[in-house]
Amino acid sequence: MKKLLRKDNIKNLSSYILVIVAFVVCQILIGAKAMPSMYQSLLIPVCVYIVMALSLNLTVGILGELSLGHAGFMSVGAFTGVAIALALKEVITATWLLLAVAMVCGAIMAAIFGVIIGIPVLRLKGDYLAIVTLAFGEIIKSLFTNLYMGIDPEGGFHIGLITKPEDLVEGSKMLINGSIGISGVQKISTFTAGFILIIISLIIIFNTVKSRTGRAIMAIRDNRIAAECVGINITKYKMTAFVLSAAIAGAAGALYSLNYSTISATKFDFNTSILILVFVVLGGQGNMIGSIIAAAVLTILPEALRQFADYRMLVYAIVLILIMLATNNPTLKMFFDKIKKAIRFKKKEEAKEDM
Amino acid sequence: MEIKDKAKMIPIPSSGILNENDIGKQPILECINLGIEFGGLKAVDNFNLTIGRTEIAGLIGPNGAGKTTIFNLLTKVYQPTHGTILLDGKDTHNMNTVQVSRAGIARTFQNIRLFSNMSVEDNVKVAMNNSMNYSLAEGILRLPRYWGQEKKAHNKAIELLDFMGMADVADVKAGSLPYGAQRRIEIVRALATDPKLLLLDEPAAGMNPSETEELMHNIKKIRDEFQIAVMLIEHDMNLVMGICEGICVINFGKVLAKGTPEQIASNPAVIEAYLGSSDD
Ligand SMILES: Nc1ncnc2c1ncn2[C@@H]1O[C@H](COP(=O)(O)OP(=O)(O)O)[C@@H](O)[C@H]1O
Ligand SMILES: [Mg+2]
Repeated sequence: MKKLLRKDNIKNLSSYILVIVAFVVCQILIGAKAMPSMYQSLLIPVCVYIVMALSLNLTVGILGELSLGHAGFMSVGAFTGVAIALALKEVITATWLLLAVAMVCGAIMAAIFGVIIGIPVLRLKGDYLAIVTLAFGEIIKSLFTNLYMGIDPEGGFHIGLITKPEDLVEGSKMLINGSIGISGVQKISTFTAGFILIIISLIIIFNTVKSRTGRAIMAIRDNRIAAECVGINITKYKMTAFVLSAAIAGAAGALYSLNYSTISATKFDFNTSILILVFVVLGGQGNMIGSIIAAAVLTILPEALRQFADYRMLVYAIVLILIMLATNNPTLKMFFDKIKKAIRFKKKEEAKEDM
Repeated sequence: MEIKDKAKMIPIPSSGILNENDIGKQPILECINLGIEFGGLKAVDNFNLTIGRTEIAGLIGPNGAGKTTIFNLLTKVYQPTHGTILLDGKDTHNMNTVQVSRAGIARTFQNIRLFSNMSVEDNVKVAMNNSMNYSLAEGILRLPRYWGQEKKAHNKAIELLDFMGMADVADVKAGSLPYGAQRRIEIVRALATDPKLLLLDEPAAGMNPSETEELMHNIKKIRDEFQIAVMLIEHDMNLVMGICEGICVINFGKVLAKGTPEQIASNPAVIEAYLGSSDD
């Protein structure tokens, strides 16, 4: 009983509750037709960015490595997901299943890229790792803006870089069309799928952290040499965290892309990577519920500020700065610490009375 | 006192001295002509030492003598530039830090290196990672093997913490504990790897006399209970003379003397280089 009530358990539980309550409230509002369509159209992007922030927090907060190219994995997942959804459209007719398959494939492809990038990148430390991940994001962007892929009538795939594949016969269908990206995408993403993805991500992250793998990852973060001296294989566990983070981002990317009729690589640029990092930093490194709240608020905010028209981004920036000041303000921190202490003291008193 | 009478030290040809119990058995550690250079500086040079399977050995010498460097060589934090290390008769030449840990060397650090943002219990459980083998998927899905192995790890962690009188802080963040407690947790964490040889780098540093007294008792208890060898670096001469059965003194990276505490305490070269200066 005592173990069940430990502090981190309470924190994990409150993340699940927050997500479930928010989902139920949104569903009720939609059912009652009380949610403006502008906000309705934001539901899936909010889910996507929450998952992106959670997955990046695994790299930044739990593994302790700064990554500036997280949108690259989202991009890989997005293109894979859409390509799979287009290719299997006739085979799988249930859209929810098609979406699930697309997301799983997006996750797998992003994981493969995670391994490929991880091998060189994870040997680097600190700033170097940040710079190389940044370069990775840019490379993925240029790769997809120059990628052409078509299917001929017999179902064979043809791939070309920079130019269209020359061996493409009459009547073939272009899947990926260079800088135009992919168009004619079936919009099969749903809010419920987004909700489920968040819950699955939370389960994966929380349960990993509470397993031997998670402990090894955090040990490397806290002290690499001590971790090695107790027999922790640094490369293996760094890679595990990095690939897991990439896979979750890949699934989110697939969900994101299947929410629009066209998709192009420029959506997943450096700005997107930084945006996700901002969610993580504002929400607190290693703090998953913080990531959820920061991602949700900061995705909705710019849209909610549309009435300010041209001043929208200015207000957004000011709000960002205010949040940053508030979360790092020593006076405020002391104030919250005092409240926490008071609560703890009260609990102790109660415990004494119980005895 | 009692310990000293029991252990009749007999020098053996390779180097060092063996405890009576350990005679005729494979020594746990043999260092042969071990050395490392840092850009021309011979931090450790021609270091020879043998340690018995259940010996408590002391490594002493002035600051900068190369004691911590020897621990770093044994654990492969540094790769030796010369010589051989035999752990339980096996050459560790091709091993890295992780493999040496699995082969049975565990250590603590002069500058404490705990996983300071993790709980005390998790610090200890990290060191048990290699005795668990459930996969990440089993961990995420919380399958029976996860629960079984985690429960065992929890029980063993609490047992080991209790051994050092630390069970009551199992849930506390390791970095928030006082200095002495952190040193004790480093020892528990090292023990959790199931070592054959435990290296303690200045375990009594920053401890008050009563904590040091307790530490001496605990080090003996560790050796007796787990039947392992302990090698310790320490400046507190009461501790070293009180519990070590064999002592090796080094100065400027070279062995100055080896022998029983009595032999070391009466060795003129040692007194001049080290003991004499710390008298005042
Ligand atoms: N990584 C290193 N690079 C260069 N010199 C080092 C390194 N590690 C130790 N040394 C040098 O080796 C010598 C021995 O250091 P150390 O083993 O820490 O001494 P101590 O006996 O006090 O533990 C010192 O002169 C130190 O400066
Ligand atoms: Mg030292």
